[in-house]
Amino acid sequence: MITAGCDVGSLTAKAVILKDGKIAAAEVLRASAAPEKSAQQVMELAVKKAGIAMTDIAYCVGTGYGRKHINFVNAVESEIACHGRGAVWQVPSARTVVDIGGQDAKAIRVDDKGNVERYVYNDKCASGTGRFLEIIADALDIKLEELGDIATKSTEKLTLSNQCVVFAETEIISLVSEGKEIADIVNALHQAVANRAASLARGISVEADAVMTGGVAKNSGMFRALERALGVTLKSVPDPQINGALGAALFAQDAVAAGVK
Amino acid sequence: MTRVAGCDVGSLTSKAVIMEDGRVLESVIIKSKARPWESADEVMKQALGKAGLSMADIKFCVGTGYGRDKITFVNEAVSEIACHGRGARWLLPTVRTVIDIGGQDCKAVKLDDSGNMLKFITNDKCASGTGRFLEVMAKVLGVELGDLGALSVKAKSPITLASACTVWAQADVIQHLNDKVPVEDIAAGVNAAMASRMATLANNIGVERDVCMTGGVAKNDGVVSALEKLLGVRIKRIRRADPQLAGALGAALIAGDRANGGKA
Repeated sequence: MITAGCDVGSLTAKAVILKDGKIAAAEVLRASAAPEKSAQQVMELAVKKAGIAMTDIAYCVGTGYGRKHINFVNAVESEIACHGRGAVWQVPSARTVVDIGGQDAKAIRVDDKGNVERYVYNDKCASGTGRFLEIIADALDIKLEELGDIATKSTEKLTLSNQCVVFAETEIISLVSEGKEIADIVNALHQAVANRAASLARGISVEADAVMTGGVAKNSGMFRALERALGVTLKSVPDPQINGALGAALFAQDAVAAGVK
Repeated sequence: MTRVAGCDVGSLTSKAVIMEDGRVLESVIIKSKARPWESADEVMKQALGKAGLSMADIKFCVGTGYGRDKITFVNEAVSEIACHGRGARWLLPTVRTVIDIGGQDCKAVKLDDSGNMLKFITNDKCASGTGRFLEVMAKVLGVELGDLGALSVKAKSPITLASACTVWAQADVIQHLNDKVPVEDIAAGVNAAMASRMATLANNIGVERDVCMTGGVAKNDGVVSALEKLLGVRIKRIRRADPQLAGALGAALIAGDRANGGKA
């Protein structure tokens, strides 16, 4: 049985193809302005990588903020449900999932089957989302992917006094002009984003094991900062960025098993 | 003859007021410099210059604003809340609620009949609802901050911004620009978003008449009229002096009290 999941986020589009319960292919692509186009492209890449044809896919589920614009899916599922499902498939002991996306953050409590028990969500304020990292990386003229490595070189502990992205950007510019080290600033940035996400997560009371999903989880500095903010050891998810698409593909698998057309 | 001064160092602008026996002699507003003390020195130097005075002629000087503790020449630093309340009361004697929107904060102050402060609420945690929000939007729209009000009055079908967050609202404004929405309609949406955020804050302390607005944003008629609609009250326009001077004016009035033997 071949099923697929497609997660169109604000920054990236992800596709996962499941073949007989195993990941046959996973792809991540920088999202363009048109979500339907990003979905099509990332799915074509995944299909090619899996060495199959689009017509071999028995069922496809879409998710992510652009899910309503994907025209090839059979059904759509919420990001919350997909992230919960994907996380428990990747880490069976996961009971709390913290997902930091490009323009939102969520914390989800799941049961042993990946069913959502409780969740909290923030898409009202850019602080605590991937956008915070993106804006500051841009202001510091460094690549988003480099933040994690840069933070490891930090020697002095700095603390940002502002939570608001707009005010924090000004604060960071003054820190740079005061001659503070970029590594120390990046470290402080990670902690600020993590603190905000952690205070969101505490709203559903974090239970072990906790995992972090989303592209931001690939940033080792953010991973450690979230551990510090939550005061727990996070289990690492093998492939955090494709977690939502994976959950979608698992829902597609259920649909096929249940005989849904 | 007693001459006193008030100096209000804000994040965006710095203000100085010199008073002589209870009337305003001179006032100056400048764009703030990188260091608060540089802003204070410069704005006071200009005000003294205009009045043909030197610092030695000033009997008492009060500093206020976010940079008040860094001003070298003042005799005393007083909170912005106290200064804005006092200044607003002088500008409009019947005022009971003062709404002040500064460059990086906003506040609402409630006064009793005699001008004593009853309650206040302030937001300096989130850029939304502060002058910074308008500054960011004006930059994206490619217009002067001071022109936003006049622009929004010309709007035919104002847009509604999807989010209060400055970061998300900025993306929203860019999208509207790409969709070729007229700048006036976007400016009206920006002012309405600003007013809505301020109204939520002000309603927390209960708005009582008369209401006035101080700070630079009080000169943006788009925000003022949107706020009137949301609060359901008329906001009395200040004519006695520039509403942006309220903090410095309050500081100068408090300096006057001190010079006349009022307790520090």
